[in-house]
Parts: sequence; C-alpha cells; structure tokens
Amino acid sequence: MTDTSSSRQQGLSLQNLRISRGTSTLTEIDAHIDPGEVLSLMGPSGSGKSTLLAAITGTLDPAFTCSGLIRLDGRDITAARPEQRNIGILFQDDLLFPHLSVGANLAFGLRPTKHRAARISVALADIGLDGFDNRDPATLSGGQKARVALMRMLLSEPAALLLDEPFSGLDATLRAQMRTLVFARAREQGLPVLLVTHDLEDAQASGGKIIQMQDVHSLT
Amino acid sequence: MGRAENISATGRKHTARRPVVLRLLPLLTVLVLAGPVLAGFVGTVAPAFGIMPALGLYEPGLNAFRDLFAWPGFNSALRLSLSSGLGATLLSLALVTLILASLQDTKVFTLLRRLLSPLLSVPHAAAAFGLAFLIAPSGWIVRAVSPALTGWDRPPDLLILQDPMGLSLIAGLVVKEVPFLLLMAMAAMGQVQSRRSLVIARSLGYGREAAWLKAIFPRVYAQIRLPVYVVLAYSMSVVDVAVILGPNTPPPLSVQIVRWTSDPDLTLRLRAAAGALVQLGLVLASLVAWRGGEIVTAKLGMRWTESGQRAPALRALRPLAILLAGISVLAVLLGLAGLITWSFAGLWRFPDLLPQEFSLRSWLRFGPTLAQPLQETVVIAAVSTLIALVLTIGCLEAEHRHGLRMGRGGFWILYLPLLIPQVAFLPGVQTLMISLGLTSGRAAVIAVHVVFVLPYVFLSLADPFRAWDKRYATIGGALGAGADRVLWTLRLPMLLAPVLTAAAVGFAVSVGQYLPTLLVGGGRVMTLTTEAVALASGGDRRAIGVYALVQTGAALVPFALALFLPRLIWFNRKALYND
Repeated sequence: MTDTSSSRQQGLSLQNLRISRGTSTLTEIDAHIDPGEVLSLMGPSGSGKSTLLAAITGTLDPAFTCSGLIRLDGRDITAARPEQRNIGILFQDDLLFPHLSVGANLAFGLRPTKHRAARISVALADIGLDGFDNRDPATLSGGQKARVALMRMLLSEPAALLLDEPFSGLDATLRAQMRTLVFARAREQGLPVLLVTHDLEDAQASGGKIIQMQDVHSLT
Repeated sequence: MGRAENISATGRKHTARRPVVLRLLPLLTVLVLAGPVLAGFVGTVAPAFGIMPALGLYEPGLNAFRDLFAWPGFNSALRLSLSSGLGATLLSLALVTLILASLQDTKVFTLLRRLLSPLLSVPHAAAAFGLAFLIAPSGWIVRAVSPALTGWDRPPDLLILQDPMGLSLIAGLVVKEVPFLLLMAMAAMGQVQSRRSLVIARSLGYGREAAWLKAIFPRVYAQIRLPVYVVLAYSMSVVDVAVILGPNTPPPLSVQIVRWTSDPDLTLRLRAAAGALVQLGLVLASLVAWRGGEIVTAKLGMRWTESGQRAPALRALRPLAILLAGISVLAVLLGLAGLITWSFAGLWRFPDLLPQEFSLRSWLRFGPTLAQPLQETVVIAAVSTLIALVLTIGCLEAEHRHGLRMGRGGFWILYLPLLIPQVAFLPGVQTLMISLGLTSGRAAVIAVHVVFVLPYVFLSLADPFRAWDKRYATIGGALGAGADRVLWTLRLPMLLAPVLTAAAVGFAVSVGQYLPTLLVGGGRVMTLTTEAVALASGGDRRAIGVYALVQTGAALVPFALALFLPRLIWFNRKALYND
C-alpha cells in the first residue's frame, strides 16, 4: 500500500505527512489509497483526525504547520488552495447551506455545464428526492439532508473523498443505508476514500484497511 | 498533468497578489482608528504648551495652564466632571447589577430585554431632551400633580434642569448607560454559561440574588470591564447631554473647553488645549482609581463569597429593582412621548396634562429646514458605516484566512477612541487641520465618525462572524469555490442578520455624534444632532420636539430594517429567520 516512489500513481497519497504545532508533532501519517478503496482512521477524539482532514482539504488552521506531500492522482496538491484540490468532504452534520434551496445547494457544487437544471433534477431523482429543487433544506428530514449533502459533493466531481464521522448523527437504520449508499457511490466512481471515525462498525463496513490513530506513528 | 500544473501556477500567482490587500486591512484599520486619536492628541499637546503656528506662537511655555487654573470656574468645573462621571457610572453599574441579580429569568426581565434595542438606539441628545421635558418645572411630572397636590398654577421657580450639582445630568446619563451595560452584561452571561452555574449555586441553597452575585457577577464583570470604563470616560467628558441637562455657570469642564474652542478669539484655544489635557488626565486618574475600587471590591466580595452566607434577605431588593428599572425605562419612553406631544402641540397651558389642541403646525414649520440636516446626517452615517463595515469584515476575514488574530493590543486599540475623551483629541484634530491648511467639511467629519463607528460595528459583528461554522467554508472549498466566493455567496448571506444589525448600530452611533461633527466640521456641517443640541439654549419646545424626534427616527429606522429585512429576504429559509 505505502508507496512513495511513484509520483504518477492514481489515488490519494499522503507521503510522510506530519502536522505539528510549534515544536510538538500532533499527528503523522504515510499512506496511499487506491481508487475505489477505503482507508479508515480510527481513534478517540483529540487524536488529530479532524486536523489531518483539514490539512488534506487545505483548510488547516494557520497555527499548525504541515510537512510532507499530498498527491492526488500524481498531482502534488500540498500547497494548492482548497478549491483547486478536487477533494470532496462529508461531515457528521449535513451542512447544507441554509440560505440556498435544495436545488441551489446542488448547483453550488456543479461545475459550469449545460443543462444544469436537468442534471440537478436527475440527481435529485437519483436519491429519491424528485421535485425537491425549490425546497428549503431546513424542511427536510435527517436522511434526506444527508443524501442531498452526498449528492452535492458527488456533483462537484471530486477525485477523492474524505469522510469525517459522516454517519454519527444518524439513527441505526438510516446509518446502515447511508453507509451502503456512500461506499457504493465511491466505488462506482473509483474514488479513493479516507474515512475518519471512532465507530468500529463504520470502519468494518467500509471493507478496507483500518488504521488505529495511535498506530499511525509506527507506519512512518 | 499539464492541467494540474497550470492550476497550481495560477494559484501561486493569485496567492502572491490578491490577499496582500486583505493582509494589510488590519493595519489600515489600526491607522484609521488610532491615527486621528494620536494626531489629535499631538494637536492638543502643542497648543497646551504654547505652540500654535497658526497664531505665530512657537515658544513653549506653561502660560495656557496658568491661564486655565486662573479661570474662576476651574475647580467647580473639575468637580462637576468627576461627580457626574463617577456618579453616573456607579449608579448605572449598580442598577444593572441589581436588575440582573434580582430579575433575571423573570417576566419583567423578558420585557426589559425586548425594550433594550429601542432604548439603545435613542440618541443621547434626544433622550436628554425627553428627560428634560419630564422633570422640568413645567414638565409632565409637575403637571401631573399640579395643582392638585402642589397648589401650583404656574411653573414653580425651581432649578431642576441644569441644577448646579449636576443631578439631572447624572440622571440623563444613567437612563442611557443602563441599557448599554445591560446589553453588554447579557452578552457576557451567555459566554460564561451563567445558567448552569446558577442551577448549581441555587441547589447549594443560595437565593437567586446571592447566587448571581457570588457565582456570576465576577465573571460577567471581567467581561464588561472595558465597556464600564467606556461609560466612565464618556460620562466624565460628555458634551451634548451636558449642554442640555448640565449646569451652565460654570458648566462641566468638557463643555467649557468646547466653548473656548468655538470662541472667535483664537488665543482661547491655548486655554482649551490645556483644559483638554487636564480632562484627559482626570479621566485617566479616574480609571486608575476605578481599577483600585475594583480590586478592593473583589477582595471584600471574595470574603463575602467564602463566608458561605446565603443572604436570603437580598430577596427583599426585588421590588426596588423593578421600581428602578421601571423608572429608567419610563424616563426614556415617556420622554419620547413628551417629544411627540410637544411636536404636535398647539396651545398648551401650564397645569394641563395635554395641549388644548394638536396640530401639524410645528412639523410644517420646521419640516423644510430639516431636509438639509437630515440628508447630511444620512450621508455621513451611511458612508462612515459602510467604511466601518468594509474594514471590519476585512479584518475578520483576514483573521479567518491568514490567522491574523487580533491580540490583546488590538482589543485596546479598538477601545482607544472610546476611552480617550472626545474633547481631549477632537479640538486637536481641528487645530491640526487649521495648521496644515486642510479644509474642514463633510469628508473630514466622515473620517472622524469612522473612528467612533468602527469599534461598535466591530464589537457587534465579531462574535457572530467568528461563530460561523467554518466547515461550511471547507465544504465550499471542496466544491470548488475560492475564498472570495465562499465569503460572498456563503458566509455573508448566512450572516445577513448580524451584518445588518452591526450596520444599524454603526448608523445609530454616527447619527448620535455631536462633538466630532461640530469641531471637525468647522461649524459648516450641520446634522440633526448638532441642530437639535443648538436648540437647547433657545428653549423652543416644539422645535426641540420635532428635531429630537427626527434624530431618533434616523437612528431607529435602520434597526427596524435590520430586524425586518432578513425576515423578508429569507422568509422561505427556516434555519435563517428562526434564530
């Protein structure tokens, strides 16, 4: 799995990625995720999982420093701005933009193309929300919101997917459904997925490799 | 690969060029805030020590101070500044403490909270006029009990307004500072999670009042310390309220300084500058003394807290709290009613509670003369608020993007213009402008208004701006939106309500400014406030009613818009208008 020699490799590579604050190292990782594969990071809160994801999305708090390389399909994105990285992320909360309609939320991520309205309608039908274009996101159920958030992210055509405890806010039934949906879509589109969770079930359901956060150090 | 390289190449170019402006904004903001204060300070120090190039004076000396100390009214002016400043601050803080300790979580408190915004937005001058209409010998209070209780059938010859002790001045300040401190304290209570501490304290056997005083007050006070200092500095050196309610011969030091500054005899400016430095010294000394008082109070309070006394007797204070809170609210609201009544009054004989007839005569008479100052007021307030908003949002966004967090120092710079008495540096700004040959006028007035508008806009917007969930920005970035697009299409629209509220606060602050407009405008910039205060000496109550009401409206309308617009724009977005 770990491969620092090839730079043109498809997938998401985190090469000797080290995040520190001042002189103390917060977290380190060296890993590669192939397209369609899921890597799960498990660890208690405070083990630097979210900080690691912030480094990968390019939204690391300036108080932290990050060394090492992040490559996506061979491209070095370590210093790229967040919007240039092509990395999608889902959080525990749906974080639908509350001032935009459901359709406008999807349109926000859709890159400029023709037939936007039609593509959004199709996407909504795809997640069982036919005709929801003009709805206020606040009026949706938890499961509906989660599906819109997923579709919003997919429509932006990301090249990799980060999941930050994305199923923790859902009840048991919904949780299993969403999990299946997200992993299926990611595999379908051949996305490398990095899942951060404290729930072993989530990690196991992903069917991929699991790294315990305290073990991260031993990987380098 | 080619595509990827292109993107990161342009990306690098972008990062090198564009954010520079944003990175410089915090520095620019500091200059905008501190520049006029420091320049004005220099412009005050020089003439105070005898140097005034405009008069051909280059020889430093202490004559201005000798001249000042020889002025017969000096001692009483000084005493008045001290007594009105300390009196108003102590009373306001005591009343706010009493209200919060006795009334939090009661129905009365909910009512008070609702009234807070309108009370805050009434300009000081309008509130002072309203109070004057209530407590004057021919005011509503005397009318209400005359002649039945007093036997008076003409206004008694009593010096209630502008009393030599400055008591009505203190009252005028207290009714405006109580809502301000109450708002600040309520915001602080949210931050220190007062509710949970109260539940604990009450479960340990403390009554509502003792629980609040012992468990909450010290933490809340630590948060509102700077606002309290602002109230102290303001109350000691206020000019417009003092012109309306304060004693005349001699007036408080600040009013006398303005008189000297406005005198055609330019040599009096030396004395004015010396007075301004004394005023500054007096405020600084009082702040130090207040700090000493804080330490002593904290020691005594700590001893009381550690004693474990449950102090159930404090419960008896509740009626007093309701009474005093009611009086201070009614003083403003009935004052406004008084302004309205006078503005529509036809003939109104003395002991009558209401005029014999209502008419539009005063409005028709003064309406046309109002148009010009109203327009001037709106232009100055709108431009200075816009500048303050741009700088504030720029600073907060720079903090978000580049981690340029404002430290303790930045916080003090924000408060600097509010802690340094206006009268200590505004005459200096004017003197400096004369010396440099700069024309005073609207642009200069706007620049000085920004100095006072910006801190309030910043303090009002900073918390909601920082509290915005940054994961929205992460999502936006992940969806391909750059930082600017995230700001304009996500953050600002979602923060519409707090941005508009901050704008309304800034607008109201600008509308209420008296001294900056008067001094830096060189008498040529006439706003509703300068015109209204100028009417104080004339005593035409109908004119005062009309002017003060329009002044209040100019401050109040933006608040109404700030409440109403988000509901209109986001009527279909539950998550945005519900909170």
